[in-house]
Amino acid sequence: MTTPAPAHDDGPPASARPTTPALAQNPGPTFGPFGGRHVPEALVAALDELADAHAKATTDPDFHEALTDLLHNYAGRPSPLTPAPRFAEHAGGATIFLKREDLNHTGSHKINNVLGQALLVQRLGKTRVIAETGAGQHGVATATAAALLGLDCTVYMGEEDTRRQALNVARMRLLGAEVISVSSGTKTLKDAINAALRDWVANVETTHYCFGTAAGPHPFPTLVRDLQRVIGVEAREQILAKTGRLPDVVLACVGGGSNAIGIFDAFLDDPTVRLIGCEAGGDGIDTGRHAATLSAGTPGVLHGARSYLLQDTDGQTTDSHSISAGLDYPGVGPQHAWLRDIGRAEYRPVPDAQVMDAFRLLCQTEGILPAIESAHALAAALDVGRDLGPEALLLVNLSGRGDKDVETASRYFQLLDDGEVTT
Amino acid sequence: MTGVSPSCAGVGKAIDAAGEEGRAALIAYLPVGFPSVAGSVDAAKALIDAGVDALELGLPYSDPVMDGPVIEDAVVAALAAGARVDDTFRAVEALAGRGVPILVMTYYNPVYRRGVARFAADLASAGGAGLITPDLIPDEAGEWIAASEAHGLDRVFLVAPSSTAERLAVVAEACRGFTYATSTMGVTGERATLSGRARVLVERARAAGAERVCVGVGVSTPAHAAEVASFADGVIVGSAFVRLVSEADSAAEARQALSDLAGRLREAATLG
Repeated sequence: MTTPAPAHDDGPPASARPTTPALAQNPGPTFGPFGGRHVPEALVAALDELADAHAKATTDPDFHEALTDLLHNYAGRPSPLTPAPRFAEHAGGATIFLKREDLNHTGSHKINNVLGQALLVQRLGKTRVIAETGAGQHGVATATAAALLGLDCTVYMGEEDTRRQALNVARMRLLGAEVISVSSGTKTLKDAINAALRDWVANVETTHYCFGTAAGPHPFPTLVRDLQRVIGVEAREQILAKTGRLPDVVLACVGGGSNAIGIFDAFLDDPTVRLIGCEAGGDGIDTGRHAATLSAGTPGVLHGARSYLLQDTDGQTTDSHSISAGLDYPGVGPQHAWLRDIGRAEYRPVPDAQVMDAFRLLCQTEGILPAIESAHALAAALDVGRDLGPEALLLVNLSGRGDKDVETASRYFQLLDDGEVTT
Repeated sequence: MTGVSPSCAGVGKAIDAAGEEGRAALIAYLPVGFPSVAGSVDAAKALIDAGVDALELGLPYSDPVMDGPVIEDAVVAALAAGARVDDTFRAVEALAGRGVPILVMTYYNPVYRRGVARFAADLASAGGAGLITPDLIPDEAGEWIAASEAHGLDRVFLVAPSSTAERLAVVAEACRGFTYATSTMGVTGERATLSGRARVLVERARAAGAERVCVGVGVSTPAHAAEVASFADGVIVGSAFVRLVSEADSAAEARQALSDLAGRLREAATLG
């Protein structure tokens, strides 16, 4: 068994390690011992076809032109880099910049990936897309791209998530997508992916699985990362232009890990930049009710790739728990697993209570309502800023906006009187 | 590898023996632990007594992405009732030595988690014949191929109607025992009619070098079995048996229903 030995305990610090070969834009299909393809044979032909289309698109100026046009004129890129000085007062006076993926069309970084995959679908000659969704952001983004490009769209969503993210269910249906509520297993993102995979196995010849995160079988981890890389490329230029230097720390939340790898990738070969992935600590690691796969999981195989996952000694996937539907997933992308083991990125769990404090703090200090997912990175930034002091320069990926979370937050903070509660 | 003899006769031999009797082999699937570990062993014994040529014991797994609702519900129930990986080895042990090779159908993570070499050793010492691995492709199976060689275990990989000629050759080369052809694109479950793609896939797999090809997924009735028997080496039936177990009011009723269906399938798979 090729159980990878955790290397970050005894390896040299990231800054002391040679930077060649480059870590950025790793082509896969494996990342150290992680990644690969653990799928039914029925899907191999489609994955080969997709990898081929991705490789061709990477060097095709027409593809880049079409994608850039959509990102700029439809999705609203480049997204701004916003200073957050009043929020940063609570972070030891560090300087904090927010990469505003929340301002993208559909409200999160998910649109970056989806527009790219939708253009590939056209090249593949397929007419139908399916997607899984947790918080609903990827489902909304996929439904949006499908409407834009005239594709049939089916979105699988755990029954538990359709309840806590009901607004996004309605949005997807308005956009013309079919939303299927998945009532098997834990009724959350993991089971939505299982259901989407079953659909894909049956319909792979006409259907593209628009996978929402940088996980799953090759080529998805590299494909999704390459499409999300725009976040980090823009942010790197923007922070250099505004401050004249690279950030000390880049923070992003990690569920499957697409927004994190999207912003990390542009900094992977800058050894002075610390990269911190913020996982869902739920009720706390000690309680077992969390979704902190890299902090508390073990190597295994789930949803098509070798990575870390939450599992028991028999290899059965165990339940994850988080107040944020988008991070409530017992797996994680294989490149993060590798970055963890080689010590290039750090991953830390952030418990729900701390997340919700940071969520409200950003609302009240900056007038920005973040997604609860993104608030994990905000909460960690408060800690890191206090540790590093006022000279520190922090870059936080604000991966999405929190309109979808208003109901959860109003319940959490008891913002409404009984008579005012709608559900 | 030579010099290590299988702890149990391989499934290839059982398929060949059926062929010599003018039949396609009948391979039956049941998940371990449904409705209980003892109940699943009892049910499997009824199938052996009814004349199945090989048994495929499903190792219950939390994320069975190649399975439709009948088998998914059964393995969810098995896990909820506390089924463990060790129960599968115990079930293999209880069923081995009855003249019928016992294969284990398992998703890869329980194998990976236990350690591939240890899993293979435990399976061999329980008397198991090999593994069917629905989410492991030969490209990722280096460790399992080495371990199965070391222990003389069969390894059954799948092919699908979407497999290219190149993929069929890769899979056929890696299989030992037989190549598992899925009759249709999709997950396990009963279907009214057999897909016309099954026959074409079997022919293509043979042309790509597959020694024995058995057909499963969507094969459930005697009529399907008769049709598959006309072009393949074996007939694999799962969901239809599992449904009988879940619908039965008693263990005795389940045994009777399983036995009846197995008998009808075996008869249908006999070439006229």
